[in-house]
Amino acid sequence: MNKELTHLRVNGEEREIAITPNRLLLDALREDLGLTGSKRGCDDSSCGCCAVLIDGTPMLSCVALAASYEGREITTVEGLGGPGELDPVQEGYAEMGGAQCGYCTPGFMIATKALLDRNPDPTMDEIREALSGNLCRCTGYMQIYESVKYAIEKLRAKSATQAPATR
Amino acid sequence: MDAFEYAKPSSLKEALGLLGSDWDDASVFAGGTDLISLLKDDVVDTKRLVNIKGIAGLNRVHESAEGVHIGAAVTVEELFSNRMIREQFPAIIDAAEGIRSPQLHNMSTVGGWLCQRPRCWYYRNGFGLLALDKDGQSLVTQGDNRYHAIFGNSGPAKFISPSSFGPVLIALGGEMRIEGPKGARDVAAADFFVIPQKQGEREHALAPNEIVTEITIPAASRGMRNALYEVRPKEGLDWPLTTAAVALRMRGDTVERARIVLGHVAPKPWPAEDAAKWLVGKTINEENAAKAGDAAVQGATPLSRNGYKVQLARVSVKRALLAAVGERRV
Ligand code: FES
Ligand code: FES
Repeated sequence: MNKELTHLRVNGEEREIAITPNRLLLDALREDLGLTGSKRGCDDSSCGCCAVLIDGTPMLSCVALAASYEGREITTVEGLGGPGELDPVQEGYAEMGGAQCGYCTPGFMIATKALLDRNPDPTMDEIREALSGNLCRCTGYMQIYESVKYAIEKLRAKSATQAPATR
Repeated sequence: MDAFEYAKPSSLKEALGLLGSDWDDASVFAGGTDLISLLKDDVVDTKRLVNIKGIAGLNRVHESAEGVHIGAAVTVEELFSNRMIREQFPAIIDAAEGIRSPQLHNMSTVGGWLCQRPRCWYYRNGFGLLALDKDGQSLVTQGDNRYHAIFGNSGPAKFISPSSFGPVLIALGGEMRIEGPKGARDVAAADFFVIPQKQGEREHALAPNEIVTEITIPAASRGMRNALYEVRPKEGLDWPLTTAAVALRMRGDTVERARIVLGHVAPKPWPAEDAAKWLVGKTINEENAAKAGDAAVQGATPLSRNGYKVQLARVSVKRALLAAVGERRV
C-alpha cells in the first residue's frame, strides 16, 4: 500500500509523516512521531487510554485514522506540560496518587484537561461524567477524583493571583 | 487491518460515485468508532473508506414545518447539547446519556449510531452475522447466548440490534433520508431495520451504494411525552441489556396514543404494539405501567441462557413510561 505525506499539527508543531491511509492516529503519534504518552489499552474504544485532544475535545486515537485529522489541533499528554512546567492537571495526579501503574494516566489527564478547560468548577457528578470513558485498574478512582480536585484548587489559586482586580 | 484507499469527498454526488455495488467495494466512514474496530478485527474488509464528514449540510440540526432534521454527520455530543432536542425529545438525551464516554460522544455520529453493526460476539469474532456452523446450525442457540435476542429469533438471526437511538426514532415516528445513485428516498425508521434471513443479508435497508444523509422527526411527534429507559450491566461504558423507548400523546392525564419500542431484545428494534394499544385511554401510574410491561413481553422466546432479559425488558417498559410522564430537568 502506498504511503502518503500527511501533515499533522501536534502539540503546537507542524509535523509531516509518510503513512498509509490505514495508519491509526495512535500509531502515528507513538511510532511515527515518538510521542509514547498516549497508550494502547483495549484498542477498541472501551478504555480511554489512547485519548488525545482534537481542537480541545477528547477523542480516542485507537479508532481514529491519522489521515482524517489533518488540519486539526492535536494535543497529547506531552503537550500539557513537560518536566519543570507541569500543567496543574499533571501536578494533581502526581501529588494525590492519581497514578499507580500509570498506564491509564495519560488518558485520564486528557479527559481532566478537557473538562477543566470547559468547566473550571465542576461538581462531583460532572467530574465522574467527564471521566466515565476512562478505565483504571489500580487506583479505585478515589485518588483520581482527589487529583482532579487538586488541579481545580491549583487553577483557582492561579487565576486569583493572575486577575485580582477584574471583579 | 488490510490496506484501503481513503477518500474525503466534498459533495454528496462525489461520495456516491465513490461507493460500489458490493459491500466490500467501499465503506461509508464518519466517526469511525465502530467501523475502525471492525476493520482492525478483520470482520469487515473494504477497498475504500469514504469519509462523509466533509460534505456540507450533513452536520446540522434544523427545524422546518415538517419537523426536526438531523444531519447524519452530526455528532452525538452535538445532539446531546442541543437545547431544542433536550426540551422536546428527552428520549434522545436518555439514549445519548447511555453512551458513557465523552470521547465516544465527541466522535460518534448520528448516522453511525443507527448503522453500527451488531455486537454479537460470534459476529465480532468472525463467524458471520448469522453465526452458523459448517452444517448450517446456529452457534448461538448451542452456545453462549446470554446477550442475544428474546424476540424475533425464530429465523437464523439471533443477534440484537445494538442502537439505543433506533428504538427512540421509531417511537417518535422518525424517518431517514437515504441517497443513492438514483436519487433520494425516505424510509420510515420502522422499516429501515430488518431481520436478515439469509447469509449475506444486512440488518438494515441500505444498499451498498447508498448513504443515510438525514433523520427527520415529524412535526406530528412534537409534544409527545417521551423517554428511554436502559437496563445496564454497569454505570460505566457498556452496551445496555434491554431498553424501552416510549412516546405518548396525552390528553390531560389520559393516553391518547402510545408507541413503545423495545431495544436490545431482537435483531431489530421491537415495537410492542399490543402494549401500546392497551395503554390508550389509561392514565400512566405504577400499576398501568407495570401492566404495559407485562403486555410488552408477551410472546417472548428466550434462548437457553437469556431468560433473564424478559424480566429486564418488562421493567424497562414500566420505567420508561413512568419517566415519560415524570418531571425532568432540561
Ligand atoms: S485504547 Fe483506545 S479506548 Fe482503549
Ligand atoms: S494507574 Fe494503573 S490502570 Fe490506572
